[in-house]
Amino acid sequence: MSPVLIAEQVLNGVQSGVVLFLMAAGLTLVFGVMGLINLAHGSLFMVGAFAAAGVASATGSFLLGLVAALAAAAAAGALVEVLVLRRLYAREHLDQVLATFALILIFSEGVRWVFGSFPLFLDIPTALSGTVSLPGGILYSRYRLALIATGLVVALGLYLLIAHTRIGMQVRAGASDREMIAALGVDIGRLYTVVFALGAALAGLAGALVGAIQSVQVGMGEPVLILAFVVIVIGGIGSIKGAFIGALLVGLTDTLGRLFLPPLFALFMDSSAAATVGSSLASMSIYVLMAIVLVLKPSGLFGART
Amino acid sequence: MSMFLEELVVWRETTKEEYAVTDRINIGRAARCSTIAAALFVGLASSAMADVKVGMITTLSGGGASLGIDVRDGFMLAVEQSGNTDIEVVIEDDQRKPEMAVQIADKMIQSEKVDVLTGIIWSNLAMAVVPSATAQGKFYLSPNAGPSALAGKGCHANYFNVAWQNDALHEAAGAHATAEGYQNSFILAPNYPAGQDALTGYKRTFEGELSGELFTKLGQTDYAAEIAQIRASDADSVFFFLPGGMGISFLKQFADNGIDLPVVGPAFSFDQGILQAVGDAALGVRNTSQWGKDLDNETNAAFVASFEEKYGRLPSLYASQGFDTANLLLSAMASADVSDQEAFRAALKAADFDSTRGDFAFGSNNHPVQDIYVREVIKEGDVYTNRTLGVTLTDHGDVHAADCAL
Repeated sequence: MSPVLIAEQVLNGVQSGVVLFLMAAGLTLVFGVMGLINLAHGSLFMVGAFAAAGVASATGSFLLGLVAALAAAAAAGALVEVLVLRRLYAREHLDQVLATFALILIFSEGVRWVFGSFPLFLDIPTALSGTVSLPGGILYSRYRLALIATGLVVALGLYLLIAHTRIGMQVRAGASDREMIAALGVDIGRLYTVVFALGAALAGLAGALVGAIQSVQVGMGEPVLILAFVVIVIGGIGSIKGAFIGALLVGLTDTLGRLFLPPLFALFMDSSAAATVGSSLASMSIYVLMAIVLVLKPSGLFGART
Repeated sequence: MSMFLEELVVWRETTKEEYAVTDRINIGRAARCSTIAAALFVGLASSAMADVKVGMITTLSGGGASLGIDVRDGFMLAVEQSGNTDIEVVIEDDQRKPEMAVQIADKMIQSEKVDVLTGIIWSNLAMAVVPSATAQGKFYLSPNAGPSALAGKGCHANYFNVAWQNDALHEAAGAHATAEGYQNSFILAPNYPAGQDALTGYKRTFEGELSGELFTKLGQTDYAAEIAQIRASDADSVFFFLPGGMGISFLKQFADNGIDLPVVGPAFSFDQGILQAVGDAALGVRNTSQWGKDLDNETNAAFVASFEEKYGRLPSLYASQGFDTANLLLSAMASADVSDQEAFRAALKAADFDSTRGDFAFGSNNHPVQDIYVREVIKEGDVYTNRTLGVTLTDHGDVHAADCAL
């Protein structure tokens, strides 16, 4: 196994981690600040992808598609927050799960109703297609490199927003004591809507970015949602930093597990059986990682609350 | 939190089961009314042929819905064109869940009293439904799934497969790769029974070496890790079986990685519904299929034109399979009464209908013996579609027939 292959796989792991971070950031913010479990976060990912595909095919511009994805997901998020979720903050988690699960069904059938059952097409913009050679002779997809860069910029932006702005201060205060911050005169209802829309926009952005290299279809959000939950459990609920580290860990574990486990088993099994067993174990690897983290640190790597 | 996730999973499963969509086509309702009307006059008129009630269980919601919709539309098109009012079709959505399919089948057999079942897309659902349905004396006509278990030891006189045995298109891909002179193939498929069958099928007919063999996760959407391994290998060709959305993701990512290797695969990743979502990335890819929209026979030309006129889109191979299934059933109804099992079985086995594939016959295990073609993805105007290049396997049956006692 050549060093070039391993380096390329590390990049792939980082790239998938960075996309996961976009999903997990919104989820962990909403969970941490509002105490709300939002299963419909995956639907916002799907809404972003469909909005981007629809607008990009109508206008021919990927950038406009991205803007549409951000706008559509943020709007859908804000709408859902005002109409449905606002009534659920005081209820227990199971009620929230029930309502947001219903939202998944509504979003899925709604999107099918508008766009049909067949997958949509969203292409990589021409400026970002093809590969670039990196130092060391690594050929890497230009688009995936752009994904990594976008994710890092968003992570930095979120850090600055949360740590150094007034609204970030309110978000952090809201996470630790929502009655107190309301008593200090902050419009907590509006703050929640803004945070939720921000999280939704990030999910929509992730959907649009990933939609260009995958298939844009109904139900595309749910598998990512499960991974995003794994990420925030590992990183610690409510922590943006935890979501970032957790996402990278999950991305790298998954990618490198797929690379190393089958050849490892091939050392003492025949190749077909090793491929089967190795790939089965590789798909379990992130859950094993989650179990280990939970045993060592039950509240996650950077979690404040349990 | 982890407790919660567990609860969540259990809870999701149960809730989805309760979320059943019942989809009945108006034709079914109209036909039911006419059945009642006919029943009132039963003393007055004695008809020669009894009505046939068909239960169609297929996937109409969720990720795999486009396949079920195509099968249903092709089937209903044939029923409509026949003008035959003695057939009643009840359609229900299985949501791609085996337990759902079993419930629907039980209901159709016990309370709807259907004579014939059809429609299932996925092999695991077929395995859950077909053996018990045929054991209860019902006919099952498969418009898509052809698991090896039902072609070999588990074959049944009342089970007819109108599509293909699962291995067929993969064997054709292996034969095509051999004919092209490829020496070193990198092969990959999802880690589930049909995926394992696919690689076995390819290896059965491919005479070169394998430079790599990978199983991916079912439903996986990112193939960067696999593509990097293909690049690092010394392969001169790639074979993959990744149906539906998985294939779209793989092809787009593969094309963007600047690897210049020929790709072969079965038609499942290149059907009419998927190609538009893959775009240029699929152009020039060779794929194997028992059907193509340009196959030169009258039935096919009429089918393609009427399908496009009625539904406003080009038919896929799934639609052609639905269409052929309905025509097979109609041909058997014309010559035998469904209550006379022996005669109806013989009428089905005769396969006396005009298939969109041209020649069509059943082998000893009631699975097709047919030509398999190689197609190439092209662009016609704005639409991506397939052009048939030629036959790769002639009158191809399956190896499992030897294990079938029929």
